[in-house]
Amino acid sequence: MNNRSNLILFLSRSTSIWSRNIRVWSKLAGPSLMGNFGESLLYLLVLGYGLGKFVGKVEGLPYEAFLAAGVICTSAVNSASFEGMYSAYTRMEVQQTWLGMLATPIGVAEVVLGEILWGATKSLISVCAILVVATALGLVENAWAVFILPIVFITGLCFSALALLVTSRAKSYDFFLYYTTLFITPMILLSGVFFPIDTLPDVVQWLAKALPLYHAICLVRPLMTGGDLSFILLHLFVLLAFATIAGVWATERIKKRLIK
Amino acid sequence: MNAVKPSSSVVASNLCKVYNGVHVVNNLNLIIEEGSFCGILGPNGAGKTTTLRMLLGHCPIDDGELLVLGYSMPKNAAIVRESIGVVPQMDNLDPDFTVKENLYVYGRFFGLSANVLDERIVGLLDFASLKDKAESKISELSGGMKRRLTLARALINKPKLLILDEPTTGLDPQARQAIWQKLRELQKQGLTLILTTHYMEEAERLCDRVIVMDYGEMMADAPPKQLIKDEIESHVLEVHAVKDELVNKLKQDSSIARFETSGDIYFFYGHKLQYALDVLEKSGHDDYLFRPANLEDVFIKLTGRDLRE
Repeated sequence: MNNRSNLILFLSRSTSIWSRNIRVWSKLAGPSLMGNFGESLLYLLVLGYGLGKFVGKVEGLPYEAFLAAGVICTSAVNSASFEGMYSAYTRMEVQQTWLGMLATPIGVAEVVLGEILWGATKSLISVCAILVVATALGLVENAWAVFILPIVFITGLCFSALALLVTSRAKSYDFFLYYTTLFITPMILLSGVFFPIDTLPDVVQWLAKALPLYHAICLVRPLMTGGDLSFILLHLFVLLAFATIAGVWATERIKKRLIK
Repeated sequence: MNAVKPSSSVVASNLCKVYNGVHVVNNLNLIIEEGSFCGILGPNGAGKTTTLRMLLGHCPIDDGELLVLGYSMPKNAAIVRESIGVVPQMDNLDPDFTVKENLYVYGRFFGLSANVLDERIVGLLDFASLKDKAESKISELSGGMKRRLTLARALINKPKLLILDEPTTGLDPQARQAIWQKLRELQKQGLTLILTTHYMEEAERLCDRVIVMDYGEMMADAPPKQLIKDEIESHVLEVHAVKDELVNKLKQDSSIARFETSGDIYFFYGHKLQYALDVLEKSGHDDYLFRPANLEDVFIKLTGRDLRE
């Protein structure tokens, strides 16, 4: 077999895992959508319009429009992270679904890629729903906003890979609270979701810039509000670099955990 | 990809697996011929499951060589697993799917097309006596049905080798016999089967060859009847709750080859044991059992009476 047909085989096996997860999701879509999309929408409406009255304009934008881009990215982060932690852990340990997959020609790397693709798809699903509402509320400036979708997918790849890396070490569901409390929540608060980060001390700004969410917001906000995009490749590079490194590392760790 | 010896499904030479300095599998040499039904017995921690995991490429090999279906492992694990079916110890059916969907989704993991699967699923539901349950959720199935579905799922890729890790643990006798019947049917169709079990009766009835493992080593390897004939005396007399005085009298039987106690049960192994039986008859003590030796007696002789936990 040559490299090309190996790659096709690899991708088609990963896709079979992705489509298994889609099938499960389609049965439980109601509560799942509610969880990821309902909460984000509440933030957008309550903070955007409630707090917006006091805040006025931010970076020349109405606060709700400024916030909408942040909420969209946060939703992508949360959807992918939840999938990569709680759902993936259930499949790895509780239901032993992965072990079942590994009794077929599928290998650990294919399982991990399938799960990462699926987590990113979950991000895409919730963001689509929010984007529809945001458009209805007049928070989307022009049709360039469709390019938010690939950005959100890449953001999803990044955060589901990171979540799987956490899952590879997890001994129970409680373990995930460390990651959400010590990493995800501070990152969301400091990456420019709710306010521009240039008000923060330099050190904190540098920290935010070293994390992927900031870069997702830098791409999504101009696309949504009709602003100017800059450093596109740099932002994409950071997101993809996190995704790749976390994905490869997660694969190694999960291999050690399951193939022992 | 060195395909050799097509007539042997498994060839293990000096196979070793070490966890934390302990040899879980120690210099295992094993050849399993195509079409045979091989049972692996052993106390908990004997290395049975580890051996099965190595066959699947789920466990790196520390030393030795392993060929499965002619391919060296674990290098060719993906190719080998295309032709293996697995019934794992713990059920891992997809609880979110129906019976039919479980088979379908699993078949997709092998890259089988929807058309092929639709056809195979009809046959497998019939084989597993689950035709009426095709649209049922997993939570609606009994333990026996779940195991039959797991067995059907393991056959979705038309495997050449079927690996079963304690397939009937926790089932009631009817459900167990139903599984046995299916397994015998599969052997008739020419499948090679490897099974681990804690039920001696299961191994005795199904397997044409039994391997007893302990501490990662092979203690015996023969057809079950042969094993009973070679490894142990022909009969066992079990005497329960008896006074020492009577025990001493029983021991005077010169045909007793071996004697063991476990709690308040005395085991006398031998061929006729006529004298001991006469003594019991006269004493009026009726709490005893005289029976032909079975595989469990062989198992206990080889692996001891100590608890393994």
